[in-house]
Formats: sequence, C-alpha cells, structure tokens
Amino acid sequence: MPMNETKNILIVGVGGQGTILASRVLSTVLQKIGLDVKVSEIHGMSQRGGSVVTQVRYGQSVSSPIIPKGQADIILAFEKLEALRWLPTLKKEGIILINDQRIDPMPVIIGAAEYPEALDYIRSKVKNVLVINALAAAQEAGNAKAVNIVLLGLLARHMNIDHSLWLETIEETVPAKFLQVNLKAFEAGYNTAENIANI
Amino acid sequence: MKKLLTGNEAIARGAWEAGVKVCTAYPGTPSTEITENAASYSEMYAEWSPNEKVALEVGLGAAIIGGRALVAMKHVGVNVAADPLFTLAYTGINAGLVLVSADDPGMHSSQNEQDNRNFGKAAKIPVLEPSDSQEAKEFTKIAFELSEAFDTPVMLRTTTRVAHSQSLVELEPRQEIPLKNYEKNIQKYVMMPGFARPRHVAVEARLEKLMEYAETCSLNRMELRQRQLGIIASGAVYQYVREVLPNASTLKLGMTYPLPRKLIEEFAGQVENLYVIEELDPFIEDQLKAWGIKVHGKDTFPLVGEILPEIIQEKLGSTYGQNKNEPENTESSDNFLHIPVRPPVMCPGCPHRGLFYILNKLKLTVTGDIGCYTLGAQAPHHAMDTTICMGASIGAAIGMEKARGKEFARKLVAVIGDSTFIHSGITGLIDAVYNKATTTVIILDNRTTAMTGHQNNPLNGRTIKGEATKEVNLPLLAKAVGVDRVVEVDPFNLTELETIIKQE
Ligand SMILES: Cc1ncc(C[n+]2csc(CCOP(=O)(O)OP(=O)(O)O)c2C)c(N)n1
Repeated sequence: MPMNETKNILIVGVGGQGTILASRVLSTVLQKIGLDVKVSEIHGMSQRGGSVVTQVRYGQSVSSPIIPKGQADIILAFEKLEALRWLPTLKKEGIILINDQRIDPMPVIIGAAEYPEALDYIRSKVKNVLVINALAAAQEAGNAKAVNIVLLGLLARHMNIDHSLWLETIEETVPAKFLQVNLKAFEAGYNTAENIANI
Repeated sequence: MKKLLTGNEAIARGAWEAGVKVCTAYPGTPSTEITENAASYSEMYAEWSPNEKVALEVGLGAAIIGGRALVAMKHVGVNVAADPLFTLAYTGINAGLVLVSADDPGMHSSQNEQDNRNFGKAAKIPVLEPSDSQEAKEFTKIAFELSEAFDTPVMLRTTTRVAHSQSLVELEPRQEIPLKNYEKNIQKYVMMPGFARPRHVAVEARLEKLMEYAETCSLNRMELRQRQLGIIASGAVYQYVREVLPNASTLKLGMTYPLPRKLIEEFAGQVENLYVIEELDPFIEDQLKAWGIKVHGKDTFPLVGEILPEIIQEKLGSTYGQNKNEPENTESSDNFLHIPVRPPVMCPGCPHRGLFYILNKLKLTVTGDIGCYTLGAQAPHHAMDTTICMGASIGAAIGMEKARGKEFARKLVAVIGDSTFIHSGITGLIDAVYNKATTTVIILDNRTTAMTGHQNNPLNGRTIKGEATKEVNLPLLAKAVGVDRVVEVDPFNLTELETIIKQE
C-alpha cells in the first residue's frame, strides 16, 4: 500500500444484525498491523431496526473518519436494500459483498413502497459483486446469529491480511462460549465457494 | 499503549486519568456512553441522575467540597441544567468541574440542533472542542486543569461525529488527586444579591484572563501552509478540512470560547482568503466580524446540519483542493430516489405498540413526549399530535384543555414514558391536579430508559452499576400528589386497555 493512501470500508445493515461487532474485529485487526484507523458509527437509534452504517478508514495517517462519496474500496452489506442505498459510496473499481437477505423496512411493510430489485440493479452497475447466503452458512456453523462473522470472513478473504490475525482477534472479542461457532462461521465466509471472477 | 476508543470512551478515560471522583449524567444520545463507561472504573462514583439539572447539582456539590466531577449530557440537557450552570459560573468550583455537552448537528437522534457554544458564551465559561478521540481524552484532562486554575466550570463540547467515531488513543495511568481543602465561604458560594454582585465582577475579570490564556495555550494551533487559503475550524470539521484541503493553512481552535483575538488577527494577516468553517451557528464568525476581520463563513457554508467533507469539497475543493476532479462515483445518487427509507421502529414485542394501535383507533388527540414511544407518531400508528421536549406532554395537554374546555379534554390524552415522567413529568402532573385539569395522563412504564439504550432508572430498582436500590412506586406517587383515579393496566391486554382508555 502506498504511504499516504487511505483505504475505506463501509459496513451497512439493519439495527440488530451485528454490524458493530464485525466492525470492531475489523478495526482491531487493522490496528494490530500497525495502521492508523478511524471508525465512524452512527448508532443513535440503531437498536430499533433502522439503517446502520459503519465507516472504517485506515492507512498511515487518517484525518477524517468519514468516507467521501464514491471512495469506498469495499462495501460489506448485511442486507440487500442497504447495499443498494449505499452503492453511490462505492469506488469505480470497488468491491461490493452482499448478504442475500431481505428485511422489509416499514414503508414496504405497510404497502407505501416496494422493495426494489436490488441485486439486479447492482449487478448492472458494478463489476465486482459477490452475493452469499450468510444466514444459511451461519446456521450450518451452529448459530443463526453468527451471520455477522460469516460476512466478516467474506470480507477478510478480500483483504490482504494474515488469516491467523483474524482468528486471534475474534477470540479476543467474542465470549468464550460462542467462540467455536464463530470460528466456524468465519471459515465459512472466508472459504465461500463463490468468488468474484465467476460472476 | 494505544487503544481504539470512541470519543465518549475517551472522555470517560480522561476523567479517570484526571483523578475524577464523581461522574453524573442523564442519558441522551450522543453522550450516554460517557457515563456508562465511567461506571466501569471502580475508582469513580457514577450515577444516572433523574435529570440533567440534578446531575449538575450533584456534580457541583462534589466539586465545591473538593472532588473533581464530570457531568455529561446531550445538548438539550444543558437547557435543563442551565439554571445551576449560570450561577455556578459565578461561584466557581474549588475542585475541577467539567460539563460535557454532546451536540447533534444533523439531528441523528435529537429534536433540535441547537449550538451549545452559545451556552458557554452566555454563561461566560470556557468551551473546549476536541476533534477526535485522542483530543477528547487530552482535552478532558486539560479542562480539569483549566477549571481549577481559573476557578470556573468548563464546557467540553463534542458533536455526534466526535462522540461516536473511534480513533487511536494513548492510554496513561490515573493520577490520584487528593481531595481539595474545603473552607466555608458564604460570599463565594451563597448567591444572594449582595454576594452575587461582586462575583459577577470576578467572572468578568476571569474572562479577561481566559482571553489571555487563549492566545498562547496549546489548545489553539496555527498551521501555516499555502497562504492563498486560510481556514479557521474546530472539532470534527478540522479533520475534514485536513482531508479535503491538505494544503490550506489552518488555525485549529481547541478552545472556541473565549476566542484569541491576537492569534486570529495574526492568522488573518498571513492568508489571502479567510474562511471560518463551522457547523450550525456563525459563532466564531460573528466574533471575527465584530472585531472587523474580513472573513467568509455562512455566506458559503450552511447554517443547517452537518458540514461533511463532501460539502467542503463542493464549496472550496475545485478552487483550492489538491484533487481538483470530482471523485468518480459508481452511480450518481439521482437514481436512488426510490429507495424506501428505513426509519427505526418499535422493537418486536414492545409494550408500547398496542397502546398506539388503540389511540389511533379511538382517534384521540395525543400530546406526546420523548422516548421510544415517540415512534408512535410515525407510520403505521400516526397516533401523536405534539412532541416538544422531555416532560412537555402533560403541560401541553393541560393547556389544550384550558383553551378548549373540558369537553375537548374527554378525547385528549398525554402520553409519557417512565424515565421521562421522572425527568420532568412530575411537575406537570402536579400542575394538572393543582389547577383542576381533567385530562388523562398515560405513563408508559416499561421499566427502562429504552430510547437511549436501556439504562436503569429510578423506577426499576437498579443503579448505573447494576446494584439493587429502592424503586419509585408510581401509583402511590400519583396518588400522593392528589390524582384520584389511578389505574394500572397491562399494555399487552388490548381489550382491557381499550376499555379503560374509553372510560377515562
Ligand atoms: C433534556 C433531554 N435529555 C435527554 C434526552 C434524550 N432522551 C430521549 S428519550 C429519553 C428517555 C426515554 O425514556 P422513557 O421515557 O422511559 O421512554 P422509553 O424510551 O423507555 O419508551 C432520553 C433520555 C432528551 N431528548 N432531552
């Protein structure tokens, strides 16, 4: 990585999906490799099913915690509609990793709006798209709640960072009784059969 | 050792390192985590106070008797605490007292976006503005030094971006500070007119000294680069300026009240075009203009909302930026107008849900209050007519009844949460009884302060540290102030709920 370049990762989802834990592991890993890290997390009302966004920026020296429009290197989306909402933040050659899950927002539930065809649209605009079913993978690993760690594994696979550092950091972050499930979930995301070039 | 901390965690850490004894707060986004974190340090006493005024009063008691105190609240909380604050500015403090005001430009989770630097100026106390977590910790410690050196409460003003962003912070050990000596001094601490008059003189003299301090203190820093453009900024905006306009000269103000006139004049003299970039009010700009300094500010930047990097890029980037081309977007946002919004909703199983279903069904006029139940104003319930500030529901209902008569009051209810009721609803209820109002008041007792992340409160029998304590008995309280008809209803029993609301 060139000295002054700041890299940007955007993690988006719906309140309650565990995006915050995933971003905590990510930012700790980045700190461990000796980089400056800034994270912006607006979570005022995130507990109640609103959109949640975490912006992670890293490099030799980072000033602003906010990712400028069109500058995200990777978007990790926990939900399809949120992937679509944040698409304008993605860089031209950026990668978008999407969990194939639909959570209807209130306007859709009450019939005031339609849930858009998010994936088709995104695929028509972006080259580097990868969609996985993280829920199924999490269930297979032993706990549906580990969706966030499956997705973290998927993200890790697209970053050039020592695999063992991720495992070590997950171990430090999650409660011991959930560790095995989470490690399995991480590997499931990391070793997912799909990959970007196939699409 | 460096650790990644939010601004709020860093402030709690700073208080701990500064030897603080007492931390008080009433929860409010984006300030809540300061005191949640402070409670995790065993060396500090911490409490959730019933409201911000009490929080500041507990803090000032601790400070006057000799222990350092940190008092935290969201911006609108300072409205509630303003009464003790303005007079505490007269008495001064003895041991250090720092008031954290967490402002919310952009209203991520607030009912207004007032700029609390104005409070610092109005109360004549210094205002410090950190721009990241490292500074949040450092400035907290400096604020305590300053507070004691100048015998004044100090405001540490953050914004949502500083409070909730994480950056690396160098951790240091706690400095154990012995309690300061307390000597009874009624001329200083008993503010009746005869004693207060000389204290006001002392406040003005203190302000003069603070202005001198501002000229040379490490909080304010001139960074000369290219002279074509000079920017004065504080808080998170400083970081955005560094990002978007790395070649601009900057005057970084860590202390925004009082302002360093000579330093600013010197900076203005060094640059060809001078801008103040500040969120919300032209607080710095107005002072510069009063001093006759030619400066741009709100002629270019918005008065409303956050000033994000993209706004700075848009306004100044093409003329002065390093990277003159607009970044390449994958897609312009115009195509995204049809994406349904995802507002927060009441949690599944929330006891508030049924109530709003019924209020809507009965077509009642509902004066609302602030809490999760404010979501009852949104789709699908639309069951709320007013929400102004914490505690306003009951007073508003009384006013409606007094204006329109008792008949109107039959289809009128005030709806208020348990924490909000304790915060500032009790006085409204007393007014209703005392002045013979007939309106119905519904207290939504979910036994927690849910909106801000489920804090304990005086109704659920747990302190901030989770220890068991007494709990307020709401029905008894209501009866004690003179409410004759007090009914307890299970919010999950919708039929009963509906019958009872109809009866009232
Ligand atoms: C003066 C002031 N202080 C704090 C807040 C932040 N705040 C908004 S709602 C709320 C608490 C609501 O708790 P409660 O009344 O019990 O309702 P619940 O959310 O549990 O339904 C708080 C602390 C505020 N808006 N105004």
